[in-house]
Amino acid sequence: MQKECLLCDLLPGETGRVVALYTEGGMRRRFIEIGLMEGALVHCVGQSPAGDPCAYLISGAVMAIRRRDARGVSLIRAGVDG
Amino acid sequence: MSGKGGALPLRTVALAGNPNVGKSTLFNALTGMNQHTGNWPGKTVSRAEGIAISRANRLRLVDLPGTYSLIARSPEEAVARDYLLSGEADLAVVVCDGGCLVRHLPLVLQVMERSARVVVCVNLLDEAARRDIHPNLTLLEGRLGVPVVGTVARQKKSLAALLAAIDRALAAPPPVRQAPVLYPPPIEEALSRLSLGFSGEGARVQALDALLFSNEGVPPDSSLSREREALAAAGYPPAACADAVARATAHRAATLADGVGSSGGYAPRDRRLDRLLCGRASAYPVMLLLLFFLFFLTIVVANYPSSWLTSLFSWLGVHLSGALTAIGTPPVLHSLLTDGVYLVLTRVVAVMLPPMAIFFPLFSILEDSGYLPRIAYNLDRPFAACHACGKQALTMCMGFGCHAAGVVGCRIIDSPRERLLATLTNAFVPCNGRFPALIALVGGFFVLLPEGPVATALTALGVTALVLLSVGVTFLATRLLSATLLRGEPSSFTLEMPPYRRPDWGRVLVRSLIDRTGRVLVRAVAVAAPAGAVIWLFANLSFGGATLLSHATAFFDPLGRLLGMDGVILFSFLLALPANEIVLPLICMAYLSSGAPVEMAGVGAMRELFLQNGWTWVTALCTAIFFLFHFPCSTALLTIRRETGKWRYVAIAALLPTLIGALLCLLIATGARLFGI
Repeated sequence: MQKECLLCDLLPGETGRVVALYTEGGMRRRFIEIGLMEGALVHCVGQSPAGDPCAYLISGAVMAIRRRDARGVSLIRAGVDG
Repeated sequence: MSGKGGALPLRTVALAGNPNVGKSTLFNALTGMNQHTGNWPGKTVSRAEGIAISRANRLRLVDLPGTYSLIARSPEEAVARDYLLSGEADLAVVVCDGGCLVRHLPLVLQVMERSARVVVCVNLLDEAARRDIHPNLTLLEGRLGVPVVGTVARQKKSLAALLAAIDRALAAPPPVRQAPVLYPPPIEEALSRLSLGFSGEGARVQALDALLFSNEGVPPDSSLSREREALAAAGYPPAACADAVARATAHRAATLADGVGSSGGYAPRDRRLDRLLCGRASAYPVMLLLLFFLFFLTIVVANYPSSWLTSLFSWLGVHLSGALTAIGTPPVLHSLLTDGVYLVLTRVVAVMLPPMAIFFPLFSILEDSGYLPRIAYNLDRPFAACHACGKQALTMCMGFGCHAAGVVGCRIIDSPRERLLATLTNAFVPCNGRFPALIALVGGFFVLLPEGPVATALTALGVTALVLLSVGVTFLATRLLSATLLRGEPSSFTLEMPPYRRPDWGRVLVRSLIDRTGRVLVRAVAVAAPAGAVIWLFANLSFGGATLLSHATAFFDPLGRLLGMDGVILFSFLLALPANEIVLPLICMAYLSSGAPVEMAGVGAMRELFLQNGWTWVTALCTAIFFLFHFPCSTALLTIRRETGKWRYVAIAALLPTLIGALLCLLIATGARLFGI
């Protein structure tokens, strides 16, 4: 049974499936627009050299999301790539 | 594409699409030079309109702002939404990225809801093919029920196919379609009741927009309030309503895209490039190297054209002088024109044009290739620490070219507070008008080596160091403003990092040379000519026993000396408010007018002239520092007024850098005096 974690916990190379969105307002709408919603697969492709934001592959495009915003997305880890 | 089309009917076509899909390239390719840009009335959202000629029509293309959707509250989306609903356009074209269609279909669906005729344009197919993505457009067309045309903006044939599809769609009456997206039942029921209050084809979507967006002055007993209450009771309060609409659209888009074969991804090539350009150890060194290389290249390559242009203008000047004498020009006017206007004008062009002709193309290449978002990605954390947005890194880069352009570019920042932070600090980095002066000052006074690669490298190093200083001060000023006048929380932001693209060299050259370089040059010339005349007048009109110039420079001398400079330098800075490019030429002119004439060929001669007039390395340093940190040019200030709407921000934008510059110069000058240097 995979444990739930937050988007900001996803390390580069890891993939997760979104369980729920806790963000509200304009940021929530924006997340839905870019495809970050329940059931979507998210893959973390890297971290900024300064540590924040991280880059995620969502719905076919790479998006940079800040840590504090990534805290609003919970997901279940679904694998690591090589 | 744009020839004569006298008798063809004129139809209006709206162009919609996400940012980053090559919509502007497409727009330019279709309209050529038949376009003009401006703003949407009452908003600082840019609007472009142009005419394209197809086989059957003249098409008035209206370029809508790039938006990811039409159902949020940003000014861009409001503009696009209102325009589509106004019915002014006979047809809407939605431009998509062929490499990742699933991300663009939500906008397609929303446009289909608001426009009777729609054509989907799947662009960037060459880039998609390069990543081995071949979308099945026929399948998509069958599923969507609207024409789908694939294009490569560079290829005329595909543009012709797009225009043909537009013609076909315009020739037929608007098709009757069922709703592209179905919302959850409570919302659908509310819509069917509300749409009775609206007329025409778009009744349902007008009801939807009313439900989502009308806020002020809705009477409590109106049908709208009642429906909202009913929806809230059914589990859809206003926020959940908007949510449900966005989700339904996204799900429908995913269903439509399933199997079409265009789901984007992170290609190995992009992965490799990002490892280098955004890697923990390599990202910052690469950015520094690029900056250094930019200046090195500018100095090396700009040198030859500069000296060539100087010789050319010298030669022309002799002939101009001769011609003026031949037509019997009075000596005063002759001198005004040749020693005043012509001298300053040609100096500006000879010194300014070559560096611009290098910088703008290089910047365009970086822009086109997709590297700029990576800069924002690398620098977001420092900017967030200053309570600003990572996109400010991008506007800062634009400011290297021209501050007015940088200020307009601040529109990419959504949060008004962060947009203001970026606007007010844009002028801390040197623009193209200041580079040549910095290069001349560093090269002439601090690199005391014979000309050669080592000297050039050291000069580039010196200028890079100055620019890094200005970037550091940008951060400090941003932090200062966000702690005092522009307090607030960092906003949320997402940044798309598009796949790297091969820049279109031809377009880069044309756009950056003709468009940007040309425009900035024309402005510099328009300012330099009168400025040259003014300083000639100052130097040749006398009052109370001395020229106006010596009065003015004497007046500013005490303050100038306090700041490590002198009255001439300070006065030239003031006079150069319209354009920074003329500061050094004005200083030269002012020194020349009160001494023996010197042939001004090259930095060496300028150095001689300055030394003769009391310059030391302290003077050069303070002048360089003041060059970095002083009020922006009048064009930039007026642009700030237009974008922000308030004179007080113009005042801050002018005063803040000047005060910082004056303070730094004061410290340096005082320190030098104390240590007896």
